[in-house]
Amino acid sequence: MLAFVLTRLLLLIPTFVGVTLAAFSFIRLLPGDPVLALSGERGITPERHAALMSEFGLDKPLWQQYLAFIQDVFSLDLGNSLVTKRPVLEEFLTLFPATVELSLVAMTLAVAIGLPIGVIAAQRRGKFLDHTVMTVALTGYSMPIFWWGLLLIILFSGWLGWTPVSGRISLLYFFDTPTGFMLVDSLLSGEEGAFKSAVRHLILPSIVLGTIPLAVIARQTRSAMLEVLSEDYVRTARAKGLAPIRVVGLHALRNALIPVITVIGLQVGVLLGGAILTETIFSWPGIASWIVHSIERRDYPSVQGGLLLIAGIIMLVNLAVDLLYGLVNPRIRRS
Amino acid sequence: MSQAIQTPEATQEARQAADEPLAPRRSALAEFWSYFRQSRGAVIGMAVFIAICLVAIFADVLAPHSAIEQNREALLTPPFWQEGGSTEYLLGTDAIGRDILSRLIHGSRYSLAIGCVVVLLSLLIGIFIGLLSGFFGGTADAVVMRLMDVILAFPSLLLALTLVAILGPNLTNVMIAIALTQQPHYVRLTRAAVLAEKRRDYVTAARVSGVRTPRLMLVTILPNCAAPLIVQAALSFSTAILDAAALGFLGLGAQPPTPEWGTMLAESREFILRAWWVVTFPGLAILITVLAINLMGDGIRDATDPRLKIG
Repeated sequence: MLAFVLTRLLLLIPTFVGVTLAAFSFIRLLPGDPVLALSGERGITPERHAALMSEFGLDKPLWQQYLAFIQDVFSLDLGNSLVTKRPVLEEFLTLFPATVELSLVAMTLAVAIGLPIGVIAAQRRGKFLDHTVMTVALTGYSMPIFWWGLLLIILFSGWLGWTPVSGRISLLYFFDTPTGFMLVDSLLSGEEGAFKSAVRHLILPSIVLGTIPLAVIARQTRSAMLEVLSEDYVRTARAKGLAPIRVVGLHALRNALIPVITVIGLQVGVLLGGAILTETIFSWPGIASWIVHSIERRDYPSVQGGLLLIAGIIMLVNLAVDLLYGLVNPRIRRS
Repeated sequence: MSQAIQTPEATQEARQAADEPLAPRRSALAEFWSYFRQSRGAVIGMAVFIAICLVAIFADVLAPHSAIEQNREALLTPPFWQEGGSTEYLLGTDAIGRDILSRLIHGSRYSLAIGCVVVLLSLLIGIFIGLLSGFFGGTADAVVMRLMDVILAFPSLLLALTLVAILGPNLTNVMIAIALTQQPHYVRLTRAAVLAEKRRDYVTAARVSGVRTPRLMLVTILPNCAAPLIVQAALSFSTAILDAAALGFLGLGAQPPTPEWGTMLAESREFILRAWWVVTFPGLAILITVLAINLMGDGIRDATDPRLKIG
């Protein structure tokens, strides 16, 4: 097992170097430069332009800029945003909990609904219920989620007036946010109605973000269950006279969960991609919409640091899934 | 079962079965079709997809109005069944008086073109790199695979968005950017299939009998890797349409007044609480198209999966 963990960790190193190179070079390939973007339509004199470029260290040769970047990465300093002047890491960490909270709720929703309906569909294979569930799942899988979000806003915010349109909490509430998780902070604040407001703001965005993972999990659970249910040991368990719920819940589901866990892990990338659209539609102040704005504003350090952090998170989650998979399935470890 | 109770049809079947080895082998396509048509969903998906293709081909004939012509007399007209709507504009008009139905009909061209170009581009790049990588192995293979890992470490939409920002927002660059984010999947599939196939006896036999390397790769090995690639192609066709629409929605895709469905949605955002039809129909068009392709994709996957055929 130790050798398995070490190989996986070693494989990460070249990928990580590649990711730093990619994050570094992408933003330097963008047309226009940050100083021009900052000065806006008023324009800027060539002298001032040169002075600012040298202040930001953008006048040095590329390889020097890259080495400086790597050095900073290892000292956990991702530079300051050109727009707000605040450290990039600090900006990222302030906004990150908003994205994590949204993703966690969306994922919980997806697993809590996707897993049981996948199991039920597998048990009723070929029946009406199976067809219905799988048609709904495929529709969810095919959903343009930005449109889905707009539809839900029209229905629940426009026509029914049940849910707010944007943000994380009503503007009426003002309290400290020590954890950054609005659900926790609103409870800690002790303000009446704050938690309810936070929940109401979370409902639509998490439905939108959770739709595709839900569909993927339901489909994967169904096919994994079908495979397991035809195994000999399941037939043996049935023949022994075990209660169907015990056969399905204990013997079959435990083994069917292995591929499902992998799929759940792989959804993290999907979630972060989906968060770009979800956060845009609901004006959710998270890292996905932040990085899109940074690209628009040519905020080099923010884009560079943001891309690196996002890719780093995805790599770490994939590593964790790999290790978990190796832990539950010994055959993987040896290959 | 005894011979005596067999119906005439059953005897005929038995006779046919006995004849089978003598009859010419069914072509691969016919075999594929016989499995594919067993799934009702796949057949429906294909019918809808063909219909959308026909709409795209005959857009100029089918569309009742121009896709970009504005009509100041008919701003935000609701669909015909609602009060204030007219049969002149069946699905209503947008904020500057363009006929939504006509825009949707013309928009089908963009979505299908995006899907086709992205699949072709990523398929070609992916097969090329995957074949070389799997066939020759070594350092180049290791470098290429790490490069693919780097691409896959970014969320594909974020990567496509950054690439479009670099290349400039227009339809061509959208297709290039999405193809680049899609091709690692083809590289991995091709490489894995090549690695599995190249140790088989038939490849060794071909090599011993003097088949040259390019022919060995393209003619001997490649056709046997086709099944997973075809399934992936269907999958990335629908992903490409969704991603392109998402980029259009974020303002980085096709630029107005192009009637691309995602771009139409972006333009309609400010009217969502006043005019539901401006928002609803373009998204519905995306959903139906993507759903039809995914239904087909599932059908293709099931029909080419050898494990399902045995059962």
